[in-house]
Amino acid sequence: MNITINHYLIVSFLLFSIGFLGVLVRRNFLTVLMSVELMLNAVNLNLIAFSRRLSDLTGQVFSVFVITIAAGEAAIGLALTISLFRQRRTLNVEEASSMRG
Amino acid sequence: MTGAETVPGALLTGGAGLAFVIFAVLALATAVAVVVARNPIHSALFLLSSFLLVACIFFLQQAEFVGAVQILVYAGGIMVLFLFVIMLVHQRDIQEALTFQHQWDVALLFLVAFLVPFLYVLGTEEFPVIAGNPDAFRMVRGKLAGNTEAVAWVLYRDYLLPFEVASVFLLVAMIGAVVLGKRTAEKTD
Repeated sequence: MNITINHYLIVSFLLFSIGFLGVLVRRNFLTVLMSVELMLNAVNLNLIAFSRRLSDLTGQVFSVFVITIAAGEAAIGLALTISLFRQRRTLNVEEASSMRG
Repeated sequence: MTGAETVPGALLTGGAGLAFVIFAVLALATAVAVVVARNPIHSALFLLSSFLLVACIFFLQQAEFVGAVQILVYAGGIMVLFLFVIMLVHQRDIQEALTFQHQWDVALLFLVAFLVPFLYVLGTEEFPVIAGNPDAFRMVRGKLAGNTEAVAWVLYRDYLLPFEVASVFLLVAMIGAVVLGKRTAEKTD
């Protein structure tokens, strides 16, 4: 099978959409964080594919940076999860709405 | 991994292409399972398999270093963090009557708003074919080395400042996580 850049774009788009749906529709804060990781993974997939397509290593270097950001984001998000659970005894994002205008 | 030079514009051909299809379908299926699983532990394990499958796709694209980093950082680091937090927050305390909240209309609206320009670009854009050296990602100064050496060469020569900024970012994230996770509100406990 011949795989072109379009196949990569489609897979990446589907992965991003799944993560996006997860962020919007899940109630559990942990699963929302996992969906954000899925979206970052989809972006990495695109970076790697275009890096190969354009014969430029910058895409690979950039995706290393994206993984770094994802690690920091996961650490902060999980600390927030623990903080939320201590305060409210819940992980439901709909109950964490005291700053809603 | 060979064959990018036989068919112009094709990134993978033959068996590698078939492997890509298998990895991609499995990665998408596990991603769907992450979103729909009710138990967060199941979500975390599906997420782990999704990360590993995406790392396999990276390996197919001569991105061995990024694939290894993906496995080490995601599967080794982030997943352990997730599992620790799932262990810390006692799931039995959480009565989750509904898995999903009522935002399907907003979500589908945004998806259509993404899909239309995506399909437009996919249908019209002709991405340039740059016939490079098939070993371009393993060359350092004209000599065949390895993908790790090639990435390191670009990273430390051209992107040294972002690299240092990333280290400061990680330090800030670590301090922030410690401060946020510290038990500060003794009054409420």
